[in-house]
Amino acid sequence: MSEVVKLNTQNTNPSAHDPVFEKYAAKIGATRALMQEEPLLFEKEQADAPGVDLPELERKKPRTGLAIRDNIGLPQIKEPEVVRHFVRLSQQNYSIDTGFFPLGSCTMKHNPRLNEKLARLKGFAHLHPMQPTATTQGALGLMYRLQNYLADLSGLPAVCLTPAAGAHGELAGMMTIRRAHEAHGNTHKKLVLVPDSAHGTNPATAIMCGYQTKTISTKETGKLTLEAFKEALGDGHDVAAMMVTNPNTCGLFEPEIDKIVELLHKAGAYFYCDGANFNALVGKIRPGDFGVDVMHFNLHKTFSTPHGGGGPGSGPIGVCEALRPYMPVPEVVRDEDDTYRLSMDREDTSLGRLKGFQGQFGMHVRALTYMLSHGADGLKQVAEDAVLNANYILSQLKDDYHVPFAGPCMHECLLTDKFQKDAGVTTSDIAKTLIEFGIHPMTVYFPLVLQGTMLIEPTETETKESIDRFIAIMKMVAEKVRGGETDIFHDYPLSSPRRRLDEVTAARHPKLRWSAAKDQAAE
Amino acid sequence: MRYLPLTHDNRMEMLEAIGAKSVDDLYKDVPKKAFITGLANLPLHKGEMEVEKILSDYANQNHAACDGPFFLGAGCYYHHVPATVDYVIQRSEFLTAYTPYQPEIAQGTLQVIFEYQTMIAMITGMEIANASLYDGATAMAEAALMAMRLTRRNGIVLKGAPHPHYKEVLESYMKNFSDVALQGQVSEETACVIVQYPDFRGELHDLKAIRKECDAAGAKMVVVVNEIVALGMLPAPDMADIVCGEAQSVGLAMSFGGPHLGFMGCRAEYVRQMPGRLCGETVDADGRRSFVLTLSTREQHIRREKATSNICTNQGLCALAFTVHMALLGEGGFKHLAQLNHERACHLADALDKLEGVSVVNKTFFNEFVVKLSKPARDVVDALVKKGIIAGYPVSEHELLVTATEMTSADDIKTLCAELAGVLA
Repeated sequence: MSEVVKLNTQNTNPSAHDPVFEKYAAKIGATRALMQEEPLLFEKEQADAPGVDLPELERKKPRTGLAIRDNIGLPQIKEPEVVRHFVRLSQQNYSIDTGFFPLGSCTMKHNPRLNEKLARLKGFAHLHPMQPTATTQGALGLMYRLQNYLADLSGLPAVCLTPAAGAHGELAGMMTIRRAHEAHGNTHKKLVLVPDSAHGTNPATAIMCGYQTKTISTKETGKLTLEAFKEALGDGHDVAAMMVTNPNTCGLFEPEIDKIVELLHKAGAYFYCDGANFNALVGKIRPGDFGVDVMHFNLHKTFSTPHGGGGPGSGPIGVCEALRPYMPVPEVVRDEDDTYRLSMDREDTSLGRLKGFQGQFGMHVRALTYMLSHGADGLKQVAEDAVLNANYILSQLKDDYHVPFAGPCMHECLLTDKFQKDAGVTTSDIAKTLIEFGIHPMTVYFPLVLQGTMLIEPTETETKESIDRFIAIMKMVAEKVRGGETDIFHDYPLSSPRRRLDEVTAARHPKLRWSAAKDQAAE
Repeated sequence: MRYLPLTHDNRMEMLEAIGAKSVDDLYKDVPKKAFITGLANLPLHKGEMEVEKILSDYANQNHAACDGPFFLGAGCYYHHVPATVDYVIQRSEFLTAYTPYQPEIAQGTLQVIFEYQTMIAMITGMEIANASLYDGATAMAEAALMAMRLTRRNGIVLKGAPHPHYKEVLESYMKNFSDVALQGQVSEETACVIVQYPDFRGELHDLKAIRKECDAAGAKMVVVVNEIVALGMLPAPDMADIVCGEAQSVGLAMSFGGPHLGFMGCRAEYVRQMPGRLCGETVDADGRRSFVLTLSTREQHIRREKATSNICTNQGLCALAFTVHMALLGEGGFKHLAQLNHERACHLADALDKLEGVSVVNKTFFNEFVVKLSKPARDVVDALVKKGIIAGYPVSEHELLVTATEMTSADDIKTLCAELAGVLA
């Protein structure tokens, strides 16, 4: 075993087991070297003036017809301390730029800074969504190009850029399907088939569209079998659509998808593909060519726009020609005189508007920048390297961890804690151990089809060296567990800004905001 | 390709370890017909210099708000964003982090969300707030769905003049349910009354009267704010049950429509029907104060078809931008900024009202209002574009909605008036 991954059995939490530090910690604050403790903004020393300088006010009688607002309770801090506050907080975060982040189904790839730079050009950033179109031809042209690229990569000819995130794209896609059924008088179609391995957003979306869901079991093989599908479909009379992630959340491409889609279409139902896993296919395989009718793209996964600690995302949809009339408005069109506009032409058939304005344009700029950087050749290599990396991890860990479904896998691989669990080391312990060794955990306890799942997505932007280090740590854990050394895994992480949290208390007695001390005393 | 670190030798070595001859062996389950022959129909990869040139060409074709006098608002506002904001949100550790599912290594994001929730609650006058929604329009639709769950009723009443896009989004969401109706009058069927504050035409409504009407019918009161800066000057809509809207004005560029920042605050008793993420306080194994995402039993990844919403990824980095900007403004700066906006709007109203063929329609306003023009508003806007002025948003044939912010200078107003007088002459 290499020195790098040698198990550290010392408790390295700096605030513990140091008599000098412990004695003075309360008096001088718990901050130590680069482990900077930071109070809430509301608890910091308050300045007597704001952290911005604005022009003087005239203070004439207001024309709001209302009183002027009294105390809000906001803090007041000058710029130097505001900057320190947020820099210190940032240092308590793990990010892609910090290290390996194999979070399954999330595609945590490198986020190029060129994307950020270009999204901030004044001609993009300071553009109002409702300016006359004569003043926004560049922005509309860019969106038109992105629509075309997404159409070409997916094999779905019509693209709507409006949706704000993956789940919003699902909503847009499923509402498109609903409108199509209504237009064809198929209002009896109320049922959406969803495999049990699906992302939680799939069933939640179907319900938000006024549909009911029926679950298809994939527990046996991790795949959608023709048999299970047929059972769920029945005579297909009531079935509006099937929502499937392909490649699926077990990391596998659905091998029977052709036959399944044929039967689905025969029943007059549509195939919605959750595009979360498009990174395995981009530039190489077109979902429209394996029968998909609608899919969403996660620009923040496949096309490298940053995850930002939980958004903003962007979830454009692609739909087949037959569904084009029903997708959301507006859509960017090019007129015969080569000018672009935001078209509401399909207003009569469309499901309508789904977002205040025409989408997360800032993310569109970033995604197009990424596509141009990679080009057709680079994108194909993205998919191939992502798939190669995941299969390599699978090949190296298959003797140490339980592999529930045989490979090859696509761009992520699935393991479980079956071999470790009986010794008392669970998926959660393995995840927290990775934290101790400077790696972000994989996706844990998802998909829900099995106990203790670990979904590992390395992405294409990792070196073999960083993947090998991950493999070495995972092997070390398995080896220690086999040797009966398990106690330490329940304590990890020790060196992170925080150790394991009491999540039960957080949920039982929710404290969702700061309040001034006097309010708290009154509660 | 600069973002792909694997070497040719790495690839060969890995294939051998896997026991595959080629990468295509790994795709054996994919139907042959779905493979692209050769390459997709995109250009080949490009270096930074070439990409920058292409994107800059697109950007240069646009007329940006900073390129001339600018009076367009209507739900998206041209405000100044301090340099610190953009610096902080581009810190790697914020920009390239994921949703904070591993709280031991995500306290930065989590503490920011907790601070953001507190600020939104304070500003809206609500007890609690969530960790963001996509934008103001979807926040309003989510608020309506939430009120329907709370009351088990299906009627929705829109008061005053809502943003037309917000109304359209609400209608789109509601079309999914055959039994939901937009009502003209409040009744026993009404789940909520929604009122925009200030409304789309800039007018301010008597919220207390609407509260009374809601109470009489047992309906929830939803206040929508699409210019959050207004809440630095107007009394808090604290009599509402839910306050939601758009917070782009604080910390975010207009960016041609997104990403913006939907917010939602409500009474604490409604928390379990609230959509979206929530961050709460707790302790870690060493007893240190810590923050964690909580009450996720409302959410899709736990509750699946029984979730309060399908929302997953929201607007995390935008909430950070808001929090940084609001921290810089502080209590005094936020109120100052709001009053400055109002004063600039007063100057604009006075100047326009003096012009032949222009009259201010509003009785009350914050930073935007409607003017009646003697010529069609659309034609006036197009004529002023040719003079380098973005004049406002036509709300009817002869009416124009105009906006002033702290970015609106006395010279901008003078230029607008001079050119507008010419167009109307």
